[in-house]
Amino acid sequence: MPDDSHNNPIRRQTEVDDATGTGKKDAGLSRRSFLKAASALGGAAVGSGAITGFPMIWAQNIKNVTLRQFGTGVSNLNAIAEKARQDLGINLQLTALDSDAVTQRAITQPNSYDIADIEYWIAKKVFPAGVMQPMDTRRLSNFDKISKLFITGKLTEDSEIAQGTAPHTVGFVESQNSTTFASEPTRWMTLIPTIYNADTLGIRPDLVGRPITRWRDIMDPAFKGRTSILNIPSIGIMDAAMICESMGEIRYGNKGNMTRDEIDATIDILMKAKSDGQFRAFWKSFDESVNLMASGEVVIQSMWSPAVTAVRSRGIPCKYQPLEEGYRAWGGGIGLAKHLSGLELDAAYEYIDWYLSGWVGAYLTKQGYYSAAPKTSKAYLTENEWGYWIEGKEAKEDITNPEGKVMETAGSVRDGGSYTERMGNVACWNSVMDEDRYMVRKWNEFIAS
Amino acid sequence: MASSRMSYLQVTPLVMVMLLFLVFPVLTIVVVSFWDFNAYSLIPDLIWDNYEFLLTSSVTLKAYLTTLFYALTTWLITFVLGFTVAYYLAFHIRSPVIQGLMFVLCTIPFLTSNIIRMISWIPLLGRNGLVNSGLQGMGLTSEPVEWLLYSDFSVILAFVHLYTLFMVIPVFNSMMRIDRNLVEAAIDAGASTWQTIVRIILPLCKSGIAIGSIFVVTLVMGDFITVRLMSGGLSASVGVLIHNEISLLQYPAAAAGAVVLLLTVLLLLTILFRFINIRQEL
Repeated sequence: MPDDSHNNPIRRQTEVDDATGTGKKDAGLSRRSFLKAASALGGAAVGSGAITGFPMIWAQNIKNVTLRQFGTGVSNLNAIAEKARQDLGINLQLTALDSDAVTQRAITQPNSYDIADIEYWIAKKVFPAGVMQPMDTRRLSNFDKISKLFITGKLTEDSEIAQGTAPHTVGFVESQNSTTFASEPTRWMTLIPTIYNADTLGIRPDLVGRPITRWRDIMDPAFKGRTSILNIPSIGIMDAAMICESMGEIRYGNKGNMTRDEIDATIDILMKAKSDGQFRAFWKSFDESVNLMASGEVVIQSMWSPAVTAVRSRGIPCKYQPLEEGYRAWGGGIGLAKHLSGLELDAAYEYIDWYLSGWVGAYLTKQGYYSAAPKTSKAYLTENEWGYWIEGKEAKEDITNPEGKVMETAGSVRDGGSYTERMGNVACWNSVMDEDRYMVRKWNEFIAS
Repeated sequence: MASSRMSYLQVTPLVMVMLLFLVFPVLTIVVVSFWDFNAYSLIPDLIWDNYEFLLTSSVTLKAYLTTLFYALTTWLITFVLGFTVAYYLAFHIRSPVIQGLMFVLCTIPFLTSNIIRMISWIPLLGRNGLVNSGLQGMGLTSEPVEWLLYSDFSVILAFVHLYTLFMVIPVFNSMMRIDRNLVEAAIDAGASTWQTIVRIILPLCKSGIAIGSIFVVTLVMGDFITVRLMSGGLSASVGVLIHNEISLLQYPAAAAGAVVLLLTVLLLLTILFRFINIRQEL
């Protein structure tokens, strides 16, 4: 796994010191005293609080603070770190890991990071372990711009709250020192949403030979040996539940929190399909899913949105097919490590507020994700881009990714349509179940069968 | 008395290394295997649940059968291949220079990482891969052959590719130690080539074969990445189960799995050592 910290002797020194429990403070103090001296000399440092409004002048005293952020690859992007350095002057050290490794590290090495970029279902595991601290929403000037999906669970007034670990259910805690999730929005937020999306099945329109409209189509005997689902139990079980419900075999009370009987029934259906040879393979990492699809080993499979883009960028047709039963959604956010304090904590708040202020949102939108505060990102997108990615309109000119590479040509429409059509049609969020341990055992049984 | 104290002193560094890097970690694993756990933390305890679940689950049995099947098949193929290659190198190549050169040739695949060597099979064996397009191009098959990839076949193929050299080297080493006069005497006494191999060379290579077998069997028994990649996640070895549990923070369950696997491998080795005394043969 790439880890910048090993290449930097100073960083490594701090980590070594961390083990003794004293070094961190020393490093912070020296940095702080240095800064004090610097600002006294310059005498021109602009006030410590962020001045709201646009254009923003970001706090100056956080310059050169280093924050270590780790998380899944989706949002750990170097471009964001560079921009943060330009705008805020802080150094972001990014480490990307897969979601299981992220969970492990978040809990077992709480001093190894300052900011955790984790998914909401991971937060449900991590936060109760007491390794993170909630954020004071009053310190965030962009808090009110965050999509209602993360506050009340409803995108619009009349949308229904989806099953699973919906972000708003683990988005707040009772008080500053609490590790219990609050049932209502409070002043203390666990994660500031950064990036989220609605997942569905990916298909090869040139090879499936018929319209795909329902989740159950993946079990069609016509696709025997040419389908795949993902082998990450906590996500795979959701896709499986969407499939089983679509087949009419099982009615779930709550797909995101199944009973043992429901788990048994779901796994039985999967095992039967496996022994009938329905699946070609199971994938665990992003590139595996891209290769399976691009090589034609499978024609329909569970997939993530950027994987679809990756297949298409090779000139191979691939569609992120919207399905009648709705989407399986996921979302991530950034939160603060428990040990953060002082100047570094200020810097982290500043960084998070900056994250919500639009540039990052626009950057992520252009990659096919959604931003937590869509309105702020509008200023950083062209009308054409906003129309294509958010409003589901036909692209008037070519759509390029942030690096300037053409992703979609003029005239194309985003699979699934607009933001409200996609995020408003979420059937279920990625989740952790109460019967998690049992589910994993049953999943292992399925894989081993 | 002084000399015995001296020898204790001399053995101390090795003992320390073994204690620190072998005994201590293994003891930790054994201790953790009795702990309880939930979704996000380990709870020190003394429970048999991990073992109870492990030893009564049909998954474990299946995984062990799969793993033993992989180990046995891989061992058989690598033994036949390894012995043949070593025999050719040791007895058919006369010039020591060419012998050395060919030996280096054998190690060329090891110049890249084993993950790369494994993954490179995938585009070769896939539905639209080189092998299938070749077969179809020659008119040998009309449909792509599906069992080439993501099957037991591809797993064993990768294992053989990865581990044959571990068999070649020790067997070659033992063969080079065989007194050539013995072979000559056998031929003079009227033995056929086959008889010479079976009665003279094979018994004298026993220690090399044993060492090679230890490598191959333990590597296959403990593997998880080859099985996962080459079977497309469709089959699970013991290593895959342990890895799944670790990645889901279920350390105690994984530790119990590791302890049982360790005992199994030790049992296999004990059986092996019943037949061959490595030290004596060396």
